[in-house]
Amino acid sequence: MQAINLIISLNPEVIDITKLSLQVSGTSVILAAIVGIPIGVLIGLNEFPFKRTLRNLINTLMGLPPVVLGLFVFLMISRAGPLGTFGILFTPTAMIVAQFLLVTPIIMGLSIAAASAVDRVVIDTAISLGARKLDTMRLVINEARPALITAVIAGFGRAIAEVGAVMIVGGDIRWNTRVLTTSIMLETRKGQYDLAIALGIVLLAMSFFINFLVSYLQGRRK
Amino acid sequence: MSLLSVRGVTRRIGRRAILNDVSLDVDRGEMIAVLGPSGSGKTTLLRVINMLDRPDAGTVLFRGQDIWAGNEEETRRSMVMMFQKPVPFSMSVYDNIAYGMKLRKMSKQEISAAVEEALKLLDMAGKESQYARSLSGGEAQRLAFARAYVLKPDLLLLDEPTANLDPANAGIMERVIRETSRRLGTTVILVTHDMYQARRLASRSAFMLDGELIEMKPTAELFSSPDDPRTARFIKGELIY
Repeated sequence: MQAINLIISLNPEVIDITKLSLQVSGTSVILAAIVGIPIGVLIGLNEFPFKRTLRNLINTLMGLPPVVLGLFVFLMISRAGPLGTFGILFTPTAMIVAQFLLVTPIIMGLSIAAASAVDRVVIDTAISLGARKLDTMRLVINEARPALITAVIAGFGRAIAEVGAVMIVGGDIRWNTRVLTTSIMLETRKGQYDLAIALGIVLLAMSFFINFLVSYLQGRRK
Repeated sequence: MSLLSVRGVTRRIGRRAILNDVSLDVDRGEMIAVLGPSGSGKTTLLRVINMLDRPDAGTVLFRGQDIWAGNEEETRRSMVMMFQKPVPFSMSVYDNIAYGMKLRKMSKQEISAAVEEALKLLDMAGKESQYARSLSGGEAQRLAFARAYVLKPDLLLLDEPTANLDPANAGIMERVIRETSRRLGTTVILVTHDMYQARRLASRSAFMLDGELIEMKPTAELFSSPDDPRTARFIKGELIY
């Protein structure tokens, strides 16, 4: 009951954690979509040497363990690392970078599959009607829109639920880099089950909302 | 000078020749039919002419110029191919028909007028805002024709345009093909395995078999006095395929 009260009373800490989670995951997913969708569609549409190897590599990266990625980013951006001069360790920016690297292969991999599934006749028709490469790509993105929306949502689901990488590079600093997943872990370990449950409910509600949004957007297309 | 000259074109997939040393000429404003059983290379011929496939040997001259040597985009935009399986784009009927015109940066007024005219011609008036994927098979085929028609191409390549249509829809399609050829002077290459359709529409017809163009002559003559025994067998319905 205490957990529900924390949500209903708009507990400032719950609000702050939720806002930061949305901000970090939202930004990383938008950036990953901007990079992942066009490249994925390009790979899906074209035939070139080593395409299969590249697809296998992307598929492997789709299942990359977040802690391993977190460690890699940590080593890159820590003071002694090659990107240490940027001073972004233990900041939301570092968390965005980590989640971006985690989510981009997912969106890219699913975009390749989405573009490959578009009927070849659609592409040939567009070319025959005078479409250039970029026009064809735009049309394919439109044709594959439901699958691409699913790719983005899957990426967001992965980002918002991820804990290892953001914990390593963000440091789980209160009022600064604490997000839903890291907070749930911390509060559970502290025995603060009410707050942990409240944050868990928020996370679940978000997942439910995202799934609802996907079915709505896909249903609307039909 | 012919609008289109196909000279010694060969197209292979692996070791197999899908087209084998095919040559033909098509004059401006002419409508020709390419007949032949399934797998004889008819569709591949259209794809090569439309620059969707590159020939492994031979050349295709359009207005006297090699299609792969000059301005490829300009050449490609002078011809349109309508595919046997019509796949409407995932957008409204209006946007489907307007697609090629938008690529050519035509004005909104021009596009609107052309779409309206095409819909009227194809008995589809009032369907502009309908989601194109919800059209029936016959309507989708007519939409595919409208998409090509509004571009007023010099050369229209039709791949089995009535193969999957009921008689009523096939009738509409044949009427608009004939009107397009007559009114706009569009050159048409019609791929069909329907001999009666070739008789009704084409001034000359070619017969293809196993990637080779066996013979080409005025349609009536091809049916009454074919030169090659294989053509004769096809016409008599004796060629099993």
